[in-house]
Amino acid sequence: MFAYLVRRVLLMLMLLFLLSVSVFLLFAILPGDPARLTCGKACTPAIIESNRHRLGLDEPPLTQYVKFVSGIFVGRTFSADSPQPIKCDAPCLGYSFNRQEQVMSLIARSAPVTFFLAIGAFVIWIVVGLALGIFAALNRGRWGDRLIMGISLIGYSMPSFFLGLLLVFFVIIKWQFLPFPAYVAPWENPFQFFQTMLLPWILLATLYAAFYIRLTRNQVLEVLSDDYVRTARAKGLPERTVVVKHALRAGLTPIVTAAGLDLAGLLGGAIISENIFSLPGLGALAISSIIDSDLPLITGITILTAAIIIFANLVVDLLYAVVDPRVRVI
Amino acid sequence: MTATSEEPLSGMPIVGSADRPFLSVNDLHVTFPTEDGLVQAVDGVSLSVERGKTLAIVGESGSGKSVTAQAIMGLVNRKSATVTGEIWLDGQELINLPQREVQELMGMEIAMIFQDPMSSLHPFYRIGDQIVEAIRAHRSIGKAAARRETLEMLQHVGIPAAERRIDAYPHQLSGGMRQRVMIAMALINSPQLLIADEPTTALDVTVQAQILELIARLQGEFGTTVILITHDLGIVADVADDVAVMYGGRIVELASTTTLYDLPEMPYTLGLLSSVPRMDQKLPERLDPIRGNPPSPIRLPKGCVFQPRCDYWQRVPGEACLTVRPDLLESDPDHWVRCHLKVEERKQIARDVKQILAGGGE
Amino acid sequence: MTNQTSDVLDVTDLRTYFPVRSRGLIPRTIGAVKAVDGVSLSLDAGETLGLVGESGSGKTTAARSILMLVRPTGGSVKIDGEEITDLSARKLMPIRRKAQMIFQDPYNALNPRHTVGAIITAPFKVQKVVPPGGVKKGVLELMERVGLNPEHYNRYPNEFSGGQRQRIGIARAIALRPKLIVCDEPVSALDVSIQAQILNLLRDLQKEFGIAYLFVAHDLAVVRQISHRVAVMYLGKIMETAPRELIYSRPLHPYTHSLLSAVPVPDPKRQAHRKSRIVLHGDLPSPIDPPSGCVFRTRCFQAQERCAVEVPPLVELAPGHHVACHFPIAVEDLPARAEVQALTADDPQEATPDVQIVSREEAADGAAGAAGKGRGAQEEALDEGGAAEEGVSLNKPRA
Ligand SMILES: Nc1ncnc2c1ncn2[C@@H]1O[C@H](COP(=O)(O)OP(=O)(O)OP(=O)(O)O)[C@@H](O)[C@H]1O
Ligand SMILES: Nc1ncnc2c1ncn2[C@@H]1O[C@H](COP(=O)(O)OP(=O)(O)O)[C@@H](O)[C@H]1O
Ligand code: SF4
Ligand code: SF4
Ligand SMILES: [Mg+2]
Ligand SMILES: [Mg+2]
Repeated sequence: MFAYLVRRVLLMLMLLFLLSVSVFLLFAILPGDPARLTCGKACTPAIIESNRHRLGLDEPPLTQYVKFVSGIFVGRTFSADSPQPIKCDAPCLGYSFNRQEQVMSLIARSAPVTFFLAIGAFVIWIVVGLALGIFAALNRGRWGDRLIMGISLIGYSMPSFFLGLLLVFFVIIKWQFLPFPAYVAPWENPFQFFQTMLLPWILLATLYAAFYIRLTRNQVLEVLSDDYVRTARAKGLPERTVVVKHALRAGLTPIVTAAGLDLAGLLGGAIISENIFSLPGLGALAISSIIDSDLPLITGITILTAAIIIFANLVVDLLYAVVDPRVRVI
Repeated sequence: MTATSEEPLSGMPIVGSADRPFLSVNDLHVTFPTEDGLVQAVDGVSLSVERGKTLAIVGESGSGKSVTAQAIMGLVNRKSATVTGEIWLDGQELINLPQREVQELMGMEIAMIFQDPMSSLHPFYRIGDQIVEAIRAHRSIGKAAARRETLEMLQHVGIPAAERRIDAYPHQLSGGMRQRVMIAMALINSPQLLIADEPTTALDVTVQAQILELIARLQGEFGTTVILITHDLGIVADVADDVAVMYGGRIVELASTTTLYDLPEMPYTLGLLSSVPRMDQKLPERLDPIRGNPPSPIRLPKGCVFQPRCDYWQRVPGEACLTVRPDLLESDPDHWVRCHLKVEERKQIARDVKQILAGGGE
Repeated sequence: MTNQTSDVLDVTDLRTYFPVRSRGLIPRTIGAVKAVDGVSLSLDAGETLGLVGESGSGKTTAARSILMLVRPTGGSVKIDGEEITDLSARKLMPIRRKAQMIFQDPYNALNPRHTVGAIITAPFKVQKVVPPGGVKKGVLELMERVGLNPEHYNRYPNEFSGGQRQRIGIARAIALRPKLIVCDEPVSALDVSIQAQILNLLRDLQKEFGIAYLFVAHDLAVVRQISHRVAVMYLGKIMETAPRELIYSRPLHPYTHSLLSAVPVPDPKRQAHRKSRIVLHGDLPSPIDPPSGCVFRTRCFQAQERCAVEVPPLVELAPGHHVACHFPIAVEDLPARAEVQALTADDPQEATPDVQIVSREEAADGAAGAAGKGRGAQEEALDEGGAAEEGVSLNKPRA
């Protein structure tokens, strides 16, 4: 188990390395001159060149990469030879010249929003998805099952922006149950925080729960007809034990795994929901960085998001190995 | 409790002595509603087994063997199937018993072994814990005592190095070992009735021989009554006292093992016997299999279910085989056959076929 | 064996090893599963060679290696006189016309998204062969030949029963009139009546087209029905090979005796009158670390010191009858009952396993003689982790 763990961690580091290299290469090969994008209409070749030098884009890609990586660990200084060097502190993911700010602090400002959004939605969708999915499976074919399946089909097939706009239109504009969203941190004004987050949570949770209800139902139905569940029944165990200890433990493990990965994906930014409810999260940041062609910011967000997913993958796999002894052997 | 110690209905086949049988199944029907239509999986099965004896149920896949077994065990899901008829175990009727009382019987009075030992154990739990769970579901004894009992049972069913294996996960054991674990788990509460549903189908001949010997030995020791389900006529000859042959959800022939192999009367049984390649007889140039395929359980023939594959239906006057379902009737004492042919004619056919079989080619 | 030059299939010293990787930090190859380890066999036109053995003995791997579906580690495979072990996938194409395969599982072997017609047409398309009268006509003829209704041309495999699917597989395999068909347990998944139908079909096709079969199976009765010669495999090696009559009536290898003794006979009287019963306990040893000397010695009732040190070569003891054993034993000399507690992985140093033998004379003295035997050895076996079988005769006597 320990060797497995170490091997997986090494594998993760290697993946991160490959990923960051390819992100760098991609932006190096991409057509368009990032330095040209740094100045507006009144551009002269001289300004472009000096900006190129400030950005460090005049160096070979390999040097740029090495500097970038070392920046993550020890920090770095941009345009060190100019009169106003720009310092970028230790976990440095780059410096956004458009925004005149370190990428890391930009991310640090948006990340909590996305984090609260993702975690809240995750809790709701996991609880609702598993509970309704299990209920539907255990009552297969009865009206409860049909109702749940019907509703989840609607949720499943509804485009997220449409559902989001519906929520905004009815709940906020027409009925005025909630004020217009304006994000504040929960420690500043918990009440306003909840008021703001409620609809985004519901939107995201609905989308995911619809999918997880179906997934859970199918999975539970499948394990309920598995041979070992029949064996558990044949032992004369109470139905509760059969379902919870034998069927669900085996059936839900892969679902929780999938949910972990979905959560990781959301942590990288929920673009549509953030936009609809004007939440200043990572998704919104990513979109605006793309619109502004803010290369350092795009690079930073891409690498950070990928790192979260790779890390979540590792955690999920390790958890799986703890639950399922067959995986440990590998 | 609806059960009384009332005698089962008369007229059902009771093989063996006239004593009241330990287990008797009377007119059992199991139907599954499916999207394609009603599946008549078991259609009027009646049988009985005496205490300590072995009854084999033989038939091709889909003939209803497993569903019969699961109905006796109480494993047929009542939400998705209709079960009617009577099942008497030691004076108690099981079909109308409340679920909670059925649970008390399962694993305690009746135990079951399944076909595929690879998938019948839970992959996440250690085998020892799975057996301990079976003990503690029925008896309130401590964990340590249950574990000791488990270890003894594992040794008893021939698991080498049981002290170590008790903490193994199922995937760490071979198929034969896992089937031994299943047997240990089934017998841990000394049940009176053991139902083994194709316990050796997934195993090698050598392992099959080991497992059958083990079941026979334990049956002798514990005095267990055994229902052995199989499609292999070979292993039946070795271990069963009586044999029930199933086809299309019903029993078509029921007799003591010796009688059945001596002079089988139902054309289907004859067909089965001449389909299997045999090691103990001269090699025939060709096998003489039953033609065609088993019937769909949704569209069963109107008359004799076996008619589309039978070579002899034209010998029955008035095309009765096409229109009338034959009944299971006693042709000799303790020999029940479901066929319209006259008893004498059936016997003659059987003698002729056996003659051909015995004197085969080469 | 037979005239080497006319052989459809000629396999010499075939070896297929699968690498075993360590579980440490950096996985390394630390050994090999010797799935097939020095198998030689040959097949004439129109002949069937049955290949039998327990699960894990390497039958499937041997079959797949012969058709290069698994690349063998060493040895030579000649099909119709042509060496094919070193051929590239492209160069193998013409060989596939001559040698085909039928699989065990009729459920997984057919593509569920292709119609029956498309499945049987595939070999013609791939090999760019047009049968006289056109492809469609050829396919319909094939379907009729294997007992499928030509109306089923446009149906999908999942609409068919196991037996019918196996017929589809057979039609595909014989489409190009191959000289050799390797059949891996073609009837194991089928019901007895259907199994007999398929065996008859295979035999008829052989007569009609002169196809040679390598017929892999674990059912000795089925193999007897269809084979001209039989090879018995254990842990990657051939233990005994002989013409059919000899294997079944005059086997010489202890393993063959054990296998035959385990086959149940569908007749209670004959079952009770079996002359001898040899009971193997335990499973096949690991093919990663096979026993020294004779691979069967850990479960052999004949094993002696010599078996642990010397690998028995496959020698011809009678015309066409090859046996790999230091101490072959004839049927007449078998004990009434031998029960072998396999050596476990814990005591590989032990030369011979724990054997309890009941001689014919003792058996004649009655069951009491058998029951009291070898009690002490039993307890020891228990302590060593051997199986805890009682020494009673379990052969239920029957009248
Ligand atoms: N791809 C593989 N990698 C590693 N080991 C393998 C592989 N394929 C087969 N083996 C091993 O090779 C040995 C022989 O396997 P093979 O499938 O040939 O046996 P078999 O005689 O066909 O058994 P069965 O009767 O169960 O089909 C086994 O120990 C098996 O675990
Ligand atoms: N849960 C189920 N739902 C619908 N049909 C079923 C179910 N279980 C079994 N059947 C059908 O009942 C018939 C008998 O099945 P079974 O008893 O498993 O046959 P076998 O004799 O092979 O054990 C088959 O046609 C099978 O498809
Ligand atoms: S009743 Fe008729 S069809 Fe059925 S088995 Fe007897 S002879 Fe054949
Ligand atoms: S060589 Fe020895 S161990 Fe091997 S089969 Fe012969 S007698 Fe048994
Ligand atoms: Mg079954
Ligand atoms: Mg195989």
